[in-house]
Amino acid sequence: MKGKKHTQRRWGSGIYLGVILALMYIPIVLVIVYSFNKQKISAVWGGFSLDWYRVLFHDQQMMGALWNSLKLGISSCLISGVIGTLGAVGMTKGRFRTAGAIESIATLPIMIPEIILGIAFLTFFSFVGIPYGMPAMIIGHCTFCIPYIFINVRTRLLGIDPSIEEAARDLGAGGGRVFWDITLPLIAPGILSGMLLAFAMSLDDVIISFFLAGPTSTTLPVRVYSQLKTAVTPEINALCTLTMGVTFCIVIVSQILGSNKFKRNRREEL
Amino acid sequence: MEKRRRHDGSFFLAMLPLYVTTLVFVLLPVLYVVALSFMKRDATWGVTSEFTLENYIRLWDPIYLKVLLDSLKIAVKTTLLALAIGYPFAYCMAKLPPRKRGIVMVLVIVPFWTNALVRIYGWMILLRANGVVNTLLLEIGIVDVPLKLLYTDGAVLLGMVYSLLPFMILPSYTSIEKMDWSLVEAARDLGAGKMRAFLTVTLRLTLPGILSGCVLVFVPSMGLFFISDLLGGGKEVLMGNLIQNQILTARNWPFGAALSVVMMLMTLLFLFVYRKSTKQSQPEGMA
Repeated sequence: MKGKKHTQRRWGSGIYLGVILALMYIPIVLVIVYSFNKQKISAVWGGFSLDWYRVLFHDQQMMGALWNSLKLGISSCLISGVIGTLGAVGMTKGRFRTAGAIESIATLPIMIPEIILGIAFLTFFSFVGIPYGMPAMIIGHCTFCIPYIFINVRTRLLGIDPSIEEAARDLGAGGGRVFWDITLPLIAPGILSGMLLAFAMSLDDVIISFFLAGPTSTTLPVRVYSQLKTAVTPEINALCTLTMGVTFCIVIVSQILGSNKFKRNRREEL
Repeated sequence: MEKRRRHDGSFFLAMLPLYVTTLVFVLLPVLYVVALSFMKRDATWGVTSEFTLENYIRLWDPIYLKVLLDSLKIAVKTTLLALAIGYPFAYCMAKLPPRKRGIVMVLVIVPFWTNALVRIYGWMILLRANGVVNTLLLEIGIVDVPLKLLYTDGAVLLGMVYSLLPFMILPSYTSIEKMDWSLVEAARDLGAGKMRAFLTVTLRLTLPGILSGCVLVFVPSMGLFFISDLLGGGKEVLMGNLIQNQILTARNWPFGAALSVVMMLMTLLFLFVYRKSTKQSQPEGMA
């Protein structure tokens, strides 16, 4: 009796999980399916075709926006990777009275609604005379990329057994040597996963770019947004499918890289 | 001692870029918005650095009060719905065997990696007049004319909950997963009913997770102007839409800044309450 009830409950929770997950995935799957649909605008399936991908690759503006998005994502994740990592190391190892305040301010960009950050950059950059466009967008994206890297690296740093670094120092390694040979390899997976997360966030960002793009350097999400507001062509389906594919590849590669490195480090620690 | 100081020097150098970027590109812009909200609008496009409270007085206009109230309402509704859907989800997830748990976890995170716009667009395909849902309903014969699903309040709410649900599930799951189940068993052994054990033990112990989930959903839901723009057809004006409109279209920067300051204050207040409550519930959870 009790066993039966238990299985019933298990079924119930399984169905619940399944339904919610299905609802999460239906919109995404639809976009992918319709990118191969011959029909232009209709829910009706008109046969398989790759036409929309062909249209997409010949769309100069779209390709330009894609290039802008990549440039922006790569530069902001590299810059914030350096700043965020150094900051996390300095803050964890050194003792500064201002550290707490800086930490709160540095993580502010992921705490307050993005639109406020967008407005703040738009008005402030105009005030100090930074022109809208790529440099402004890189600065803007760095501010919200840094917290992701900072938090990731800091969590990892706090998890390192201090005796490892002490042992290296006892064996005669200098501060720099300890950092390069011991600390850096240990926090490398944290840096990498933080940077990839930051890259994905930058690639995904609509709001900050929307305010800072300027006329010549539209990014992909901003272009998609303006198209969705006015005239949707199935080309968008193809574009969305491709970007999803690219993001998945990045994430999967990062996971594999991260987990292997992590395992090796664990083994060395043991 | 000497060595310690030398190290502090290099650590300080390491932190310098973070200090500079944080102060110059985060703190200053935010402070500038606050300053801007007290300035006057220029006859042309710009602003004059003349102190005024005009922008804040203008907020009390019923039109803008309604916008503020509407945004708060939708943010609260989004948060409650996400909680009602997300918490049971997290609970069921935590009860799964470990391997299945891992799979469901990945399945929850994956949509997070897809562009927010793409997911909203997926709903547009589903909901529009000649979309998938309406086509199905017409085929089956439940309705004769397509229902108006897109460009409604319900669609906006759906889009919000859908986009922010993972932010409720993940923290709830973390707190449920690390909860000590023996406490629930103890309560049951002492004669508490299932409901009572859940309310007094499980819910209490997982409160920090619930609260951080609520913050993670509530805060962005006030600013996601593109969701109400795309799914609501820009009909209902929310705080985010109004700010965007004031800054980009009406070019009234001081008023847009004042609206942003109000939104920022609401966010900070919410975060403050959250910090307080987690600090209070933390020791309770430990005990």
